Amino acid sequence: MKRIYLDNAATTPTLPSVLKEMLPYFSERYGNPSSLHSFGQEARAAVEAARARLAGLINCQPAEIIFTSGGTESDNAALFGVLYANKSKGDHIITSKIEHHAVLEPCQWLEKQGFKVTYLDVDKYGLVDPAAVKAAITDKTVLVSIMHANNEIGTIQPIEQISTITKEAGVLLHTDAVQTVGQIEVDVDKLGVDLLSLSAHKFYGPKGVGALYVRKGTRLEPYIRGGGQEKRRRASTENVPGIIGLGKAAEIAKAEINERVAHLLPLRDRLIKGILDNIPEVILNGHPVQRLPKNVNVSVKYIEGEAMLLKLDLEGIAASTGSACSSGTLDPSHVLLAIGLTHELAHGSIRFSLGRTNTDKDIDHVLEVFPKIVKKLRQMSPLYKK
Amino acid sequence: MNYSDKVMEHFKNPRNVGEMDSPDGIGRIGNASCGDIMEMYIKVKDNVITDAKFKTFGCAAAIATSSMITEMVKGKSIPAALKLTNQMVVEALDGLPPVKVHCSVLGEDALKSAIDDYLKKTTGKGLEGLKLKNNEAGPGH
Repeated sequence: MKRIYLDNAATTPTLPSVLKEMLPYFSERYGNPSSLHSFGQEARAAVEAARARLAGLINCQPAEIIFTSGGTESDNAALFGVLYANKSKGDHIITSKIEHHAVLEPCQWLEKQGFKVTYLDVDKYGLVDPAAVKAAITDKTVLVSIMHANNEIGTIQPIEQISTITKEAGVLLHTDAVQTVGQIEVDVDKLGVDLLSLSAHKFYGPKGVGALYVRKGTRLEPYIRGGGQEKRRRASTENVPGIIGLGKAAEIAKAEINERVAHLLPLRDRLIKGILDNIPEVILNGHPVQRLPKNVNVSVKYIEGEAMLLKLDLEGIAASTGSACSSGTLDPSHVLLAIGLTHELAHGSIRFSLGRTNTDKDIDHVLEVFPKIVKKLRQMSPLYKK
Repeated sequence: MNYSDKVMEHFKNPRNVGEMDSPDGIGRIGNASCGDIMEMYIKVKDNVITDAKFKTFGCAAAIATSSMITEMVKGKSIPAALKLTNQMVVEALDGLPPVKVHCSVLGEDALKSAIDDYLKKTTGKGLEGLKLKNNEAGPGH
Protein backbone atom coordinates (compact mmCIF):
# COMPACT_ATOMS: atom_id res chain seq x y z
CA MET A 1 0.00 0.00 0.00
CA LYS A 2 1.23 3.47 -0.86
CA ARG A 3 1.65 5.54 2.28
CA ILE A 4 0.79 9.24 2.26
CA TYR A 5 2.43 11.41 4.86
CA LEU A 6 0.22 14.33 5.89
CA ASP A 7 1.74 15.09 9.26
CA ASN A 8 4.43 17.55 8.27
CA ALA A 9 3.59 19.84 11.19
CA ALA A 10 4.79 17.04 13.47
CA THR A 11 8.01 16.43 11.60
CA THR A 12 9.46 16.26 8.11
CA PRO A 13 11.94 13.89 6.52
CA THR A 14 15.56 14.99 6.47
CA LEU A 15 16.43 15.73 2.87
CA PRO A 16 19.06 13.40 1.39
CA SER A 17 21.25 16.41 0.49
CA VAL A 18 21.04 17.56 4.12
CA LEU A 19 21.98 14.14 5.42
CA LYS A 20 24.86 13.97 2.95
CA GLU A 21 26.39 17.15 4.35
CA MET A 22 25.95 15.92 7.91
CA LEU A 23 27.52 12.48 7.52
CA PRO A 24 31.23 13.40 7.42
CA TYR A 25 30.83 15.19 10.75
CA PHE A 26 30.17 11.99 12.62
CA SER A 27 33.25 9.88 11.94
CA GLU A 28 35.61 11.82 9.71
CA ARG A 29 35.47 15.44 10.82
CA TYR A 30 34.62 14.63 14.39
CA GLY A 31 36.60 17.40 16.05
CA ASN A 32 35.24 19.46 18.92
CA PRO A 33 34.73 23.04 17.69
CA SER A 34 36.25 24.31 20.94
CA SER A 35 39.55 22.50 20.28
CA LEU A 36 42.41 24.59 18.95
CA HIS A 37 43.94 21.92 16.69
CA SER A 38 43.03 21.36 13.06
CA PHE A 39 40.33 18.79 13.92
CA GLY A 40 38.62 21.40 16.05
CA GLN A 41 39.14 24.15 13.53
CA GLU A 42 37.45 22.32 10.69
CA ALA A 43 34.45 21.61 12.91
CA ARG A 44 34.39 25.25 14.05
CA ALA A 45 34.51 26.49 10.45
CA ALA A 46 31.60 24.21 9.52
CA VAL A 47 29.51 25.36 12.49
CA GLU A 48 30.12 29.00 11.62
CA ALA A 49 29.24 28.39 7.97
CA ALA A 50 25.98 26.80 9.11
CA ARG A 51 25.30 29.79 11.33
CA ALA A 52 25.75 32.12 8.36
CA ARG A 53 23.39 30.02 6.24
CA LEU A 54 20.71 30.10 8.89
CA ALA A 55 21.23 33.84 9.38
CA GLY A 56 20.64 34.22 5.66
CA LEU A 57 17.29 32.48 5.89
CA ILE A 58 15.87 34.69 8.65
CA ASN A 59 17.78 37.85 7.74
CA CYS A 60 19.86 38.36 10.86
CA GLN A 61 23.53 38.56 11.79
CA PRO A 62 25.21 35.17 12.38
CA ALA A 63 26.22 36.35 15.87
CA GLU A 64 22.55 36.70 16.74
CA ILE A 65 21.97 32.94 16.46
CA ILE A 66 22.33 30.50 19.37
CA PHE A 67 22.14 26.85 18.40
CA THR A 68 19.97 24.73 20.68
CA SER A 69 18.58 21.21 20.85
CA GLY A 70 15.31 22.27 19.21
CA GLY A 71 12.23 24.42 19.40
CA THR A 72 11.30 23.48 22.94
CA GLU A 73 14.70 24.42 24.31
CA SER A 74 14.67 27.66 22.33
CA ASP A 75 11.31 28.61 23.85
CA ASN A 76 12.43 27.71 27.36
CA ALA A 77 15.73 29.56 26.92
CA ALA A 78 13.98 32.67 25.61
CA LEU A 79 11.44 32.88 28.42
CA PHE A 80 13.71 32.04 31.34
CA GLY A 81 16.65 33.90 29.81
CA VAL A 82 14.79 37.17 29.31
CA LEU A 83 12.80 37.11 32.55
CA TYR A 84 15.80 36.37 34.76
CA ALA A 85 18.04 38.85 32.93
CA ASN A 86 15.47 41.61 33.45
CA LYS A 87 14.39 40.88 36.99
CA SER A 88 15.21 44.41 38.10
CA LYS A 89 12.99 45.85 35.34
CA GLY A 90 9.85 43.84 35.82
CA ASP A 91 8.19 40.51 36.25
CA HIS A 92 5.35 40.38 33.75
CA ILE A 93 4.96 38.24 30.61
CA ILE A 94 2.18 38.49 28.06
CA THR A 95 1.42 35.44 25.96
CA SER A 96 -1.62 33.78 24.38
CA LYS A 97 -3.82 30.86 25.28
CA ILE A 98 -2.92 29.01 22.09
CA GLU A 99 0.86 28.89 22.46
CA HIS A 100 2.70 25.59 22.21
CA HIS A 101 3.23 23.83 25.53
CA ALA A 102 6.91 24.71 25.16
CA VAL A 103 5.86 28.29 25.96
CA LEU A 104 2.86 27.67 28.20
CA GLU A 105 4.51 25.27 30.62
CA PRO A 106 7.59 27.45 31.24
CA CYS A 107 5.15 30.35 31.79
CA GLN A 108 3.23 28.31 34.35
CA TRP A 109 6.48 27.42 36.09
CA LEU A 110 7.56 31.08 36.07
CA GLU A 111 4.26 31.94 37.76
CA LYS A 112 5.20 29.56 40.55
CA GLN A 113 8.46 31.48 40.91
CA GLY A 114 6.53 34.70 41.44
CA PHE A 115 6.39 36.08 37.89
CA LYS A 116 3.06 37.29 36.50
CA VAL A 117 1.68 35.99 33.24
CA THR A 118 -1.21 37.29 31.15
CA TYR A 119 -2.68 34.69 28.81
CA LEU A 120 -4.50 36.53 26.04
CA ASP A 121 -7.66 35.18 24.48
CA VAL A 122 -7.89 34.62 20.74
CA ASP A 123 -10.83 35.05 18.40
CA LYS A 124 -12.68 32.20 16.70
CA TYR A 125 -9.97 32.01 14.03
CA GLY A 126 -7.22 31.84 16.61
CA LEU A 127 -6.01 35.41 16.10
CA VAL A 128 -4.47 37.47 18.87
CA ASP A 129 -5.75 41.04 18.86
CA PRO A 130 -2.79 43.47 18.84
CA ALA A 131 -4.95 45.95 20.76
CA ALA A 132 -5.30 43.36 23.52
CA VAL A 133 -1.52 43.08 23.68
CA LYS A 134 -1.29 46.85 24.03
CA ALA A 135 -3.92 46.91 26.72
CA ALA A 136 -2.19 44.19 28.72
CA ILE A 137 1.20 45.93 28.85
CA THR A 138 2.06 47.42 32.25
CA ASP A 139 5.20 49.12 33.52
CA LYS A 140 6.23 45.71 34.85
CA THR A 141 5.96 43.97 31.48
CA VAL A 142 9.27 42.58 30.26
CA LEU A 143 8.34 40.18 27.49
CA VAL A 144 5.57 39.44 25.03
CA SER A 145 5.65 35.92 23.55
CA ILE A 146 3.24 35.22 20.70
CA MET A 147 3.75 32.38 18.26
CA HIS A 148 4.20 33.19 14.57
CA ALA A 149 1.82 30.49 13.42
CA ASN A 150 -0.11 27.92 15.36
CA ASN A 151 0.94 24.31 15.00
CA GLU A 152 -2.57 22.90 15.24
CA ILE A 153 -4.83 25.27 13.34
CA GLY A 154 -2.23 27.05 11.22
CA THR A 155 -3.37 30.59 11.98
CA ILE A 156 -0.64 33.16 11.29
CA GLN A 157 -0.48 35.95 13.88
CA PRO A 158 -0.10 39.65 13.06
CA ILE A 159 3.42 39.76 14.53
CA GLU A 160 4.36 42.96 12.62
CA GLN A 161 1.50 44.82 14.25
CA ILE A 162 2.32 43.40 17.65
CA SER A 163 5.99 44.39 17.32
CA THR A 164 5.02 47.98 16.55
CA ILE A 165 3.31 48.00 19.92
CA THR A 166 6.08 46.27 21.86
CA LYS A 167 8.74 48.56 20.39
CA GLU A 168 6.75 51.61 21.34
CA ALA A 169 6.32 50.28 24.87
CA GLY A 170 9.95 49.23 25.20
CA VAL A 171 9.01 45.62 25.77
CA LEU A 172 10.80 42.63 24.24
CA LEU A 173 8.99 40.40 21.76
CA HIS A 174 9.61 36.67 21.34
CA THR A 175 7.96 34.54 18.70
CA ASP A 176 7.86 30.78 18.39
CA ALA A 177 8.40 30.41 14.65
CA VAL A 178 8.84 26.65 14.68
CA GLN A 179 5.95 26.23 12.24
CA THR A 180 6.96 29.03 9.88
CA VAL A 181 10.73 29.06 9.38
CA GLY A 182 11.52 27.41 6.06
CA GLN A 183 7.83 27.34 5.16
CA ILE A 184 6.82 30.93 4.67
CA GLU A 185 8.98 34.03 4.64
CA VAL A 186 10.43 34.75 8.06
CA ASP A 187 12.45 37.96 8.32
CA VAL A 188 13.29 39.02 11.86
CA ASP A 189 13.49 42.67 10.86
CA LYS A 190 10.18 42.72 9.02
CA LEU A 191 8.56 40.89 11.90
CA GLY A 192 10.29 43.22 14.34
CA VAL A 193 10.96 40.50 16.90
CA ASP A 194 13.75 40.44 19.48
CA LEU A 195 13.81 36.68 19.93
CA LEU A 196 12.66 33.87 17.67
CA SER A 197 12.61 30.08 18.14
CA LEU A 198 13.04 27.62 15.31
CA SER A 199 13.57 23.92 14.83
CA ALA A 200 15.39 22.07 12.04
CA HIS A 201 13.20 18.98 11.72
CA LYS A 202 10.12 21.02 10.82
CA PHE A 203 11.75 22.07 7.57
CA TYR A 204 13.56 19.01 6.27
CA GLY A 205 16.51 19.14 8.66
CA PRO A 206 17.42 16.65 11.37
CA LYS A 207 15.74 16.22 14.75
CA GLY A 208 17.47 17.36 17.92
CA VAL A 209 18.70 20.72 16.69
CA GLY A 210 17.19 24.18 16.55
CA ALA A 211 18.13 27.76 17.22
CA LEU A 212 17.18 30.83 19.14
CA TYR A 213 17.60 34.16 17.40
CA VAL A 214 18.46 36.89 19.90
CA ARG A 215 18.62 40.43 18.60
CA LYS A 216 21.96 42.13 19.27
CA GLY A 217 21.89 43.93 22.60
CA THR A 218 19.16 41.77 24.13
CA ARG A 219 20.11 40.65 27.61
CA LEU A 220 19.74 36.95 28.14
CA GLU A 221 20.57 34.83 31.17
CA PRO A 222 21.97 31.47 29.98
CA TYR A 223 19.56 28.59 30.29
CA ILE A 224 22.28 25.93 30.18
CA ARG A 225 25.54 26.58 32.02
CA GLY A 226 28.83 24.76 32.09
CA GLY A 227 30.97 25.96 29.22
CA GLY A 228 31.88 28.81 26.95
CA GLN A 229 30.08 27.60 23.82
CA GLU A 230 27.75 29.92 21.89
CA LYS A 231 29.46 32.91 23.53
CA ARG A 232 28.56 31.54 26.96
CA ARG A 233 24.88 31.79 26.11
CA ARG A 234 24.39 28.03 25.74
CA ALA A 235 26.93 25.64 27.23
CA SER A 236 27.46 22.12 25.89
CA THR A 237 29.59 20.78 23.08
CA GLU A 238 27.93 21.73 19.83
CA ASN A 239 25.80 19.13 18.02
CA VAL A 240 28.04 19.55 14.99
CA PRO A 241 26.31 17.16 12.55
CA GLY A 242 22.92 18.53 13.57
CA ILE A 243 24.03 22.13 13.17
CA ILE A 244 25.49 21.34 9.74
CA GLY A 245 22.14 19.77 8.84
CA LEU A 246 20.22 22.79 10.09
CA GLY A 247 22.47 25.08 8.03
CA LYS A 248 21.95 23.05 4.87
CA ALA A 249 18.19 22.82 5.43
CA ALA A 250 18.15 26.60 5.84
CA GLU A 251 20.07 27.12 2.63
CA ILE A 252 17.68 24.89 0.68
CA ALA A 253 14.65 26.53 2.29
CA LYS A 254 15.85 29.98 1.28
CA ALA A 255 16.22 28.88 -2.33
CA GLU A 256 12.90 27.00 -2.39
CA ILE A 257 10.65 29.12 -0.21
CA ASN A 258 8.49 30.70 -2.92
CA GLU A 259 8.22 27.39 -4.70
CA ARG A 260 7.16 25.66 -1.48
CA VAL A 261 4.38 28.14 -0.84
CA ALA A 262 3.22 28.04 -4.46
CA HIS A 263 3.15 24.25 -4.37
CA LEU A 264 1.24 23.92 -1.11
CA LEU A 265 -1.40 26.64 -1.37
CA PRO A 266 -3.48 25.03 -4.15
CA LEU A 267 -3.16 21.58 -2.53
CA ARG A 268 -4.29 22.96 0.81
CA ASP A 269 -7.23 24.81 -0.66
CA ARG A 270 -8.30 21.80 -2.73
CA LEU A 271 -8.21 19.57 0.32
CA ILE A 272 -10.19 22.04 2.44
CA LYS A 273 -12.79 22.57 -0.26
CA GLY A 274 -13.00 18.87 -1.01
CA ILE A 275 -13.63 17.98 2.60
CA LEU A 276 -16.16 20.76 3.20
CA ASP A 277 -18.02 20.00 -0.04
CA ASN A 278 -18.09 16.23 0.31
CA ILE A 279 -18.72 15.72 4.01
CA PRO A 280 -21.74 17.30 5.67
CA GLU A 281 -21.40 18.91 9.08
CA VAL A 282 -17.68 19.60 9.05
CA ILE A 283 -16.12 22.87 10.13
CA LEU A 284 -12.74 24.35 9.23
CA ASN A 285 -10.64 25.24 12.25
CA GLY A 286 -8.34 28.24 12.00
CA HIS A 287 -8.31 31.25 9.73
CA PRO A 288 -9.57 30.69 6.17
CA VAL A 289 -6.80 32.75 4.55
CA GLN A 290 -4.29 33.85 7.16
CA ARG A 291 -3.08 30.30 7.63
CA LEU A 292 -0.02 28.18 6.96
CA PRO A 293 0.12 26.86 3.40
CA LYS A 294 0.54 23.34 4.78
CA ASN A 295 -2.28 23.32 7.32
CA VAL A 296 -5.73 21.78 7.04
CA ASN A 297 -7.63 21.29 10.30
CA VAL A 298 -11.28 20.32 10.46
CA SER A 299 -13.70 19.15 13.11
CA VAL A 300 -16.07 16.42 12.04
CA LYS A 301 -19.27 16.37 14.02
CA TYR A 302 -20.43 13.25 15.90
CA ILE A 303 -17.18 11.29 15.69
CA GLU A 304 -13.88 11.20 17.51
CA GLY A 305 -10.44 12.13 16.17
CA GLU A 306 -8.32 9.19 17.20
CA ALA A 307 -10.74 6.77 15.56
CA MET A 308 -10.53 8.84 12.34
CA LEU A 309 -6.75 8.99 12.59
CA LEU A 310 -6.40 5.24 12.97
CA LYS A 311 -8.88 4.51 10.17
CA LEU A 312 -6.88 6.85 7.93
CA ASP A 313 -3.68 5.13 9.01
CA LEU A 314 -5.14 1.78 8.00
CA GLU A 315 -5.56 3.33 4.54
CA GLY A 316 -1.95 4.52 4.59
CA ILE A 317 -2.72 8.16 5.37
CA ALA A 318 -0.85 9.77 8.28
CA ALA A 319 -2.68 12.63 10.01
CA SER A 320 -3.01 14.06 13.51
CA THR A 321 -5.78 14.99 15.94
CA GLY A 322 -6.46 17.36 18.82
CA SER A 323 -8.65 14.80 20.50
CA ALA A 324 -7.81 13.98 24.09
CA CYS A 325 -7.93 10.34 23.22
CA SER A 326 -4.65 10.57 21.37
CA SER A 327 -2.80 12.77 23.79
CA GLY A 328 -2.69 10.57 26.82
CA THR A 329 -3.87 13.42 29.02
CA LEU A 330 -7.64 13.09 28.44
CA ASP A 331 -7.87 16.83 27.81
CA PRO A 332 -8.64 17.88 24.27
CA SER A 333 -6.46 20.47 22.58
CA HIS A 334 -6.21 23.75 24.51
CA VAL A 335 -6.01 25.52 21.15
CA LEU A 336 -9.33 24.18 19.92
CA LEU A 337 -11.02 25.01 23.21
CA ALA A 338 -9.52 28.53 23.09
CA ILE A 339 -11.08 29.20 19.67
CA GLY A 340 -14.43 28.30 21.19
CA LEU A 341 -15.02 24.74 20.06
CA THR A 342 -17.15 22.52 22.26
CA HIS A 343 -15.41 19.51 23.78
CA GLU A 344 -17.22 17.30 21.29
CA LEU A 345 -15.90 19.27 18.31
CA ALA A 346 -12.42 19.45 19.79
CA HIS A 347 -12.46 15.68 20.17
CA GLY A 348 -13.61 15.42 16.56
CA SER A 349 -10.71 17.35 15.05
CA ILE A 350 -8.31 16.07 12.48
CA ARG A 351 -5.24 17.82 11.07
CA PHE A 352 -3.62 17.17 7.72
CA SER A 353 -0.30 18.98 7.26
CA LEU A 354 1.18 18.94 3.80
CA GLY A 355 4.77 18.82 2.68
CA ARG A 356 6.99 19.35 -0.34
CA THR A 357 6.46 15.89 -1.84
CA ASN A 358 2.67 15.78 -1.61
CA THR A 359 0.82 15.76 -4.90
CA ASP A 360 -2.65 16.28 -6.29
CA LYS A 361 -2.96 12.51 -6.36
CA ASP A 362 -2.45 12.38 -2.60
CA ILE A 363 -5.28 14.87 -2.16
CA ASP A 364 -7.47 12.80 -4.50
CA HIS A 365 -6.80 9.74 -2.37
CA VAL A 366 -7.69 11.51 0.88
CA LEU A 367 -10.86 12.87 -0.67
CA GLU A 368 -11.81 9.41 -1.81
CA VAL A 369 -11.08 7.63 1.46
CA PHE A 370 -11.91 10.17 4.16
CA PRO A 371 -15.65 10.65 3.47
CA LYS A 372 -16.12 6.88 3.66
CA ILE A 373 -14.33 6.71 6.99
CA VAL A 374 -16.49 9.51 8.35
CA LYS A 375 -19.63 7.79 7.16
CA LYS A 376 -18.65 4.50 8.77
CA LEU A 377 -17.77 6.06 12.10
CA ARG A 378 -20.93 8.14 12.09
CA GLN A 379 -23.01 5.02 11.59
CA MET A 380 -21.43 3.78 14.79
CA SER A 381 -22.00 7.00 16.72
CA PRO A 382 -24.87 7.44 19.19
CA LEU A 383 -24.70 11.19 18.56
CA TYR A 384 -25.46 10.85 14.88
CA LYS A 385 -29.21 10.60 14.39
CA LYS A 386 -29.71 10.58 10.65
CA MET B 1 -0.75 4.56 20.76
CA ASN B 2 0.28 0.93 20.96
CA TYR B 3 -2.83 -1.15 20.68
CA SER B 4 -2.82 -4.93 20.73
CA ASP B 5 -3.70 -6.79 17.54
CA LYS B 6 -6.93 -7.84 19.23
CA VAL B 7 -7.93 -4.22 19.87
CA MET B 8 -7.13 -3.26 16.29
CA GLU B 9 -9.04 -6.25 14.97
CA HIS B 10 -12.17 -5.27 16.92
CA PHE B 11 -11.67 -1.63 15.92
CA LYS B 12 -11.43 -2.58 12.25
CA ASN B 13 -14.30 -5.06 12.36
CA PRO B 14 -16.49 -4.16 15.31
CA ARG B 15 -19.12 -6.75 16.20
CA ASN B 16 -22.71 -5.91 17.12
CA VAL B 17 -22.77 -2.32 15.89
CA GLY B 18 -26.11 -0.62 15.63
CA GLU B 19 -29.36 0.03 17.36
CA MET B 20 -31.88 -2.64 18.29
CA ASP B 21 -35.58 -2.81 17.57
CA SER B 22 -37.43 -2.84 20.88
CA PRO B 23 -34.53 -3.65 23.20
CA ASP B 24 -35.28 -4.95 26.67
CA GLY B 25 -32.66 -2.69 28.22
CA ILE B 26 -30.69 0.39 27.18
CA GLY B 27 -27.61 1.78 28.86
CA ARG B 28 -26.10 5.13 28.01
CA ILE B 29 -22.84 6.18 29.62
CA GLY B 30 -20.27 8.93 29.24
CA ASN B 31 -20.43 12.38 27.75
CA ALA B 32 -18.92 14.13 24.79
CA SER B 33 -16.69 16.32 26.92
CA CYS B 34 -14.82 13.24 28.10
CA GLY B 35 -14.48 12.07 24.54
CA ASP B 36 -16.58 8.95 24.75
CA ILE B 37 -20.22 7.98 24.86
CA MET B 38 -21.43 4.43 24.78
CA GLU B 39 -24.94 3.16 24.22
CA MET B 40 -25.67 -0.48 24.82
CA TYR B 41 -28.85 -2.34 23.95
CA ILE B 42 -29.72 -5.79 25.29
CA LYS B 43 -32.35 -8.40 24.55
CA VAL B 44 -33.22 -10.67 27.44
CA LYS B 45 -35.11 -13.95 27.40
CA ASP B 46 -35.62 -16.17 30.46
CA ASN B 47 -33.12 -14.09 32.37
CA VAL B 48 -30.47 -14.68 29.69
CA ILE B 49 -28.99 -11.94 27.47
CA THR B 50 -29.71 -13.26 23.99
CA ASP B 51 -28.43 -10.30 22.02
CA ALA B 52 -26.41 -7.14 22.60
CA LYS B 53 -25.68 -4.19 20.35
CA PHE B 54 -23.88 -0.89 20.76
CA LYS B 55 -23.24 2.57 19.41
CA THR B 56 -20.11 4.40 20.49
CA PHE B 57 -18.64 7.87 20.08
CA GLY B 58 -15.01 7.47 20.98
CA CYS B 59 -11.53 6.32 20.19
CA ALA B 60 -10.35 2.94 18.94
CA ALA B 61 -10.19 1.60 22.51
CA ALA B 62 -13.76 2.66 23.21
CA ILE B 63 -15.00 1.03 20.01
CA ALA B 64 -13.01 -2.18 20.57
CA THR B 65 -14.20 -2.37 24.18
CA SER B 66 -17.83 -1.97 23.11
CA SER B 67 -17.42 -4.65 20.49
CA MET B 68 -15.75 -7.05 22.91
CA ILE B 69 -18.14 -6.60 25.81
CA THR B 70 -21.19 -7.12 23.61
CA GLU B 71 -19.60 -10.36 22.40
CA MET B 72 -18.77 -11.50 25.93
CA VAL B 73 -22.19 -10.80 27.34
CA LYS B 74 -24.24 -12.67 24.77
CA GLY B 75 -25.61 -15.93 26.13
CA LYS B 76 -24.87 -14.99 29.70
CA SER B 77 -27.51 -14.98 32.44
CA ILE B 78 -28.10 -11.64 34.14
CA PRO B 79 -26.21 -12.66 37.30
CA ALA B 80 -23.29 -13.95 35.20
CA ALA B 81 -23.27 -10.78 33.08
CA LEU B 82 -23.11 -8.70 36.24
CA LYS B 83 -19.91 -10.48 37.19
CA LEU B 84 -18.17 -9.15 34.08
CA THR B 85 -15.59 -6.54 35.02
CA ASN B 86 -13.69 -4.05 32.95
CA GLN B 87 -10.52 -5.98 33.80
CA MET B 88 -11.97 -9.08 32.11
CA VAL B 89 -12.69 -7.04 28.99
CA VAL B 90 -9.17 -5.60 29.03
CA GLU B 91 -7.76 -9.12 29.31
CA ALA B 92 -9.94 -10.37 26.47
CA LEU B 93 -8.51 -7.56 24.35
CA ASP B 94 -4.94 -8.58 25.27
CA GLY B 95 -4.55 -5.39 27.25
CA LEU B 96 -5.13 -1.66 26.78
CA PRO B 97 -2.64 1.21 27.14
CA PRO B 98 -2.93 2.61 30.70
CA VAL B 99 -4.55 5.87 29.56
CA LYS B 100 -7.23 3.87 27.77
CA VAL B 101 -8.34 1.67 30.64
CA HIS B 102 -11.15 4.11 31.40
CA CYS B 103 -12.72 3.08 28.07
CA SER B 104 -13.18 -0.43 29.43
CA VAL B 105 -14.78 0.99 32.56
CA LEU B 106 -17.23 2.74 30.27
CA GLY B 107 -18.13 -0.64 28.73
CA GLU B 108 -18.74 -2.25 32.10
CA ASP B 109 -20.87 0.72 33.18
CA ALA B 110 -22.89 0.69 29.95
CA LEU B 111 -23.65 -2.99 30.47
CA LYS B 112 -24.66 -2.48 34.08
CA SER B 113 -26.89 0.42 33.25
CA ALA B 114 -28.52 -1.57 30.43
CA ILE B 115 -29.25 -4.36 32.92
CA ASP B 116 -30.49 -1.80 35.43
CA ASP B 117 -32.84 -0.43 32.76
CA TYR B 118 -34.06 -3.94 31.96
CA LEU B 119 -34.74 -4.71 35.63
CA LYS B 120 -36.57 -1.43 36.11
CA LYS B 121 -38.79 -2.21 33.15
CA THR B 122 -39.53 -5.79 34.24
CA THR B 123 -39.53 -5.68 38.03
CA GLY B 124 -40.07 -1.98 38.62
CA LYS B 125 -36.90 -2.02 40.64
CA GLY B 126 -33.44 -1.26 39.33
CA LEU B 127 -30.18 -2.98 40.02
CA GLU B 128 -29.59 -3.15 43.75
CA GLY B 129 -26.55 -1.18 44.84
CA LEU B 130 -25.80 0.00 41.30
CA LYS B 131 -22.55 1.85 41.33
CA LEU B 132 -21.08 3.12 38.11
CA LYS B 133 -17.31 3.25 38.24
CA ASN B 134 -17.10 5.90 35.59
CA ASN B 135 -19.18 8.32 37.62
CA GLU B 136 -17.17 7.64 40.75
CA ALA B 137 -14.02 8.87 39.13
CA GLY B 138 -15.41 12.39 39.06
CA PRO B 139 -15.36 14.94 36.30
CA GLY B 140 -13.34 14.03 33.22
CA HIS B 141 -13.18 10.37 34.39
